[in-house]
Amino acid sequence: MTATETPAAQTPATDSPARETLTSPAGNPLGFGRMLRKEDVRFVRGQGHYVDDLVLPGMLHGAILRSSYAHARIVSIDTSAAEAHPKVKAVITGKILETLKLAWMPSLSGDVVAVLATDKVRFQGQEVAFVIAEDEYSARDALELIEVEYEPLPAVVDARRALDSDAPVIRDDLEGRTDNHIYDWEAGDAAACDEVFANAPVVVAQDIIYPRVHPAPMETCGTVAHMDKVTGKLTVWTTTQAPHAHRTVYALVAGLPEHKIQVISPDIGGGFGNKVGIYPGYVLAIVGSIVTGVPVKWMEDRSENLMSTSFARDYHMHGEIASTRDGKILGLRVNVLADHGAFNGVAQPTKFPAGFFHVFTGSYDYPAAHCKVTAVYTNKALGGVAYACSFRITEAVYLVERMVDCLAFELGMDPAALRMKNLLRPEQFPYTSPTGWEYDSGEYPRALAEAMRIAGYDELRAEQSRRREDAKKPGADPAALLMGVGVSFFTEAVGAGPRKHMDILGLGMADGCELRLHPTGKAQLRLSVQTQGQGHETTFAQIVSHVIGIPPEDIEVIHGDTDNTPFGLGTYGSRSTPVSGAAAAVAAQRIKEKARVIAAAALECSVDDLEWEHGRWFVKGDPSQGKTIAEIAMAAHSSLELPEGVEGHLDASVVYNPPNLTYPFGAYICVVDVDPQTGAVKVRRFIAVDDCGPRINPMIVEGQVHGGLADGVGMALMEVIAFDSDGNNLGGSFMDYLLPTSMECPSWELGETVTPSPHHPIGVKGVGESATVGSPPAVVNAVLDALQIRAADMPFTPAATWRALQGRPLRPDLAIE
Amino acid sequence: MMKVQIEVNGKETSAEVDDRLLLVHYLRNTLGLTGTHWGCDTSNCGACAVWLDGIPVKSCTTLAAMADGASVRTVEGLEGDALDPVQQGFIEEHGLQCGFCTPGMMMTARALLDQVPDPDEATIREAISGNLCRCTGYENIVRAIRWAARHEAAAREQQSAHEPQGAAL
Repeated sequence: MTATETPAAQTPATDSPARETLTSPAGNPLGFGRMLRKEDVRFVRGQGHYVDDLVLPGMLHGAILRSSYAHARIVSIDTSAAEAHPKVKAVITGKILETLKLAWMPSLSGDVVAVLATDKVRFQGQEVAFVIAEDEYSARDALELIEVEYEPLPAVVDARRALDSDAPVIRDDLEGRTDNHIYDWEAGDAAACDEVFANAPVVVAQDIIYPRVHPAPMETCGTVAHMDKVTGKLTVWTTTQAPHAHRTVYALVAGLPEHKIQVISPDIGGGFGNKVGIYPGYVLAIVGSIVTGVPVKWMEDRSENLMSTSFARDYHMHGEIASTRDGKILGLRVNVLADHGAFNGVAQPTKFPAGFFHVFTGSYDYPAAHCKVTAVYTNKALGGVAYACSFRITEAVYLVERMVDCLAFELGMDPAALRMKNLLRPEQFPYTSPTGWEYDSGEYPRALAEAMRIAGYDELRAEQSRRREDAKKPGADPAALLMGVGVSFFTEAVGAGPRKHMDILGLGMADGCELRLHPTGKAQLRLSVQTQGQGHETTFAQIVSHVIGIPPEDIEVIHGDTDNTPFGLGTYGSRSTPVSGAAAAVAAQRIKEKARVIAAAALECSVDDLEWEHGRWFVKGDPSQGKTIAEIAMAAHSSLELPEGVEGHLDASVVYNPPNLTYPFGAYICVVDVDPQTGAVKVRRFIAVDDCGPRINPMIVEGQVHGGLADGVGMALMEVIAFDSDGNNLGGSFMDYLLPTSMECPSWELGETVTPSPHHPIGVKGVGESATVGSPPAVVNAVLDALQIRAADMPFTPAATWRALQGRPLRPDLAIE
Repeated sequence: MMKVQIEVNGKETSAEVDDRLLLVHYLRNTLGLTGTHWGCDTSNCGACAVWLDGIPVKSCTTLAAMADGASVRTVEGLEGDALDPVQQGFIEEHGLQCGFCTPGMMMTARALLDQVPDPDEATIREAISGNLCRCTGYENIVRAIRWAARHEAAAREQQSAHEPQGAAL
């Protein structure tokens, strides 16, 4: 096979490297190391259990009627024909929801969202009515029988027109609202920044669009809700990355008692941020079950997914970078116009309406930075939820990495050399950025040097020069491919909280974990976070194994069920390993210390006489006298007399409040070949060096990176949801919204460096979104390098690339010339 | 309504179905074989790929009626006495993450290996280009299929090595 093999993983243990070579009876590492996934056996048999697989006795099916207009007043809705359909059980409209006080629900960021439209529709695809029928086909048939009379209104499609004085007011439901302005927010020192820019020898300014894209997991969103009228218990099986947060919101929205709500998130077919929010369909399934008294299933189809459930990005940025003539960066400032759609539903910590965008200073050493973000309403689906974006760090990294390349272009400097000159140095960590972030650890030049080594950077540049010289010769082939090399360097900030700084809807971002050892030494680990494919059932077992030495196959990871797991905010922002992984490690450490006390009691010695080897406490100087964790677990449940104050059993419960974020980083290099006659871009090579601290399971980490790199290729080359001037969504199916296939993706070349987080109990940093954050600028920089132009906006479809070559770049977000 | 008879994974099945019932819904809802997934409606994603008379098709755009009298193979029919090498390859090479595209991807891969026992990377990439995966970036899927090809080749070699001996007995 020609696929490049990745280099052997470095031994990532933080305290006792030698023991990681130990293996369990099943051949798995006792702790960190490559281990096949425990969850795979069910998936390859087709025995995964996704929401849409669930069938309950008497279950009915819901379908949503959606607005065909981007902006229109609802004059009337006639549901009589739909209600007369022989298989229809109920039709719910906004008017009915109003009587239940459920027509509106809170968004994740202080706004309200219409569950079903009552007064106006505000984006194409908005929920207007809900039909409940005996089967899905009949429910969808009945949608055709509903007559809605609309009075069309002019739509606000271009975010840059949203604040015009004559722009129609989208949110006239909000009292006193006379414009489409949501918020202004800024970070950094504007005055200091202005001074630096006023005196800077070089200033480069550039408009940059990060267009609207969609996470588009292969499984769409859906819910099965069952309100048991006898017990009063509501069970909600749903596609959620945050089951506990959803339960609390349902309690708040519907006034249901929280202890009578169980949210179950079974196997999830990919999330990428799409399954963080609560969508009207979820609430409608619940209302439907309350109304009909039987379970109701709602699954959206792909068009509904792409048109209504969340979007990401839509940032219109104006960046300015200042430097000396020899390329020492002095400052960066940016003005952002953020298109939030018709409702402000971003999933961000409350204090940070623009997420972590103010980490935009990136990986470089300069004193002056300032950003201002203005958010506006437009007639598009609500959003800013995410697309593996780490709370807007994707936009931040794209901005700084594009601006650095613009500077390199103007100075005639090599972009890798310019970066190397400005990267933060290892001795500067912990480093406080000009906008107030404390980067915990980093060895940036080492990562960039490693990426350049793997890429053979100098040879690539030599090849490029040769090709460019050849192209200038008389009789040169006009179809000769244009070669481009793109570099990006990213710093991520993941693992939110700490809770005192970070909450969503008032819920602090800390996560619980319970570890229970059974008398026979097997364990159950209960987590608040929820995998969507990241392999938690394996990784978290390895974390516990790493600390207490029992085989990972003896540890069952339980998640995705609010009745059976402790509270926590869930999986997004790459926070599972940084937060819940820390909780699991701390729980295991507590078990280990309690095991020491019990071992001392069983061995009739002092705890100070005991020494630890992986999985066992033994008497110092007499290794034959010892107890394994399994023996201690049995003793803990036995009649053994324990020291005063020591409870029986071997359990631990932890709520982990992270002291800081963790800061993974990486250096990426992309090589492309562009066909000058068609504009087609081929990614020839992609080199990714990631530093996420020690790798618990290198196989899973590499898989996470691979997926994110494909995201980057997708966003840079094909993914965009554009709108026409009436607000029609032009990306509403997979025929229009293109995802990268195996043909567009190269064979990824990975490398790693290991810089442990100083504050995480096992040094790990999280990796789920690193590649999605870091890869788009590498691809875009490579394409622009091939075209030898300073700027054009992604996605570089063949048409867009061809037009950029002709000096007429397209605006990607609107189908308007 | 119409009656269809479809052999699914070697077993005869039959039901009165709506004329417009999609094959994916026949498999999932009528038969309860939920290993075949639905992902896009437009034949783009391949999460619903099954074999119809030995050829991979997108069951979200195939009517159950079109499969009347035919044989269908789904992910539930991949496993024999042991996991199919393709299934094992996906485990060994981390060829899946969320698992949603996996059944369709494996059905396509199995069909490829039946036609081309030793495909190179380019052949594999072309064969699976009608199956979208959002998690893996395809790299490990390619490796998984290569794993299956290697192990099947080794098994064939072992078998042919044993054959003369068997004939002598």
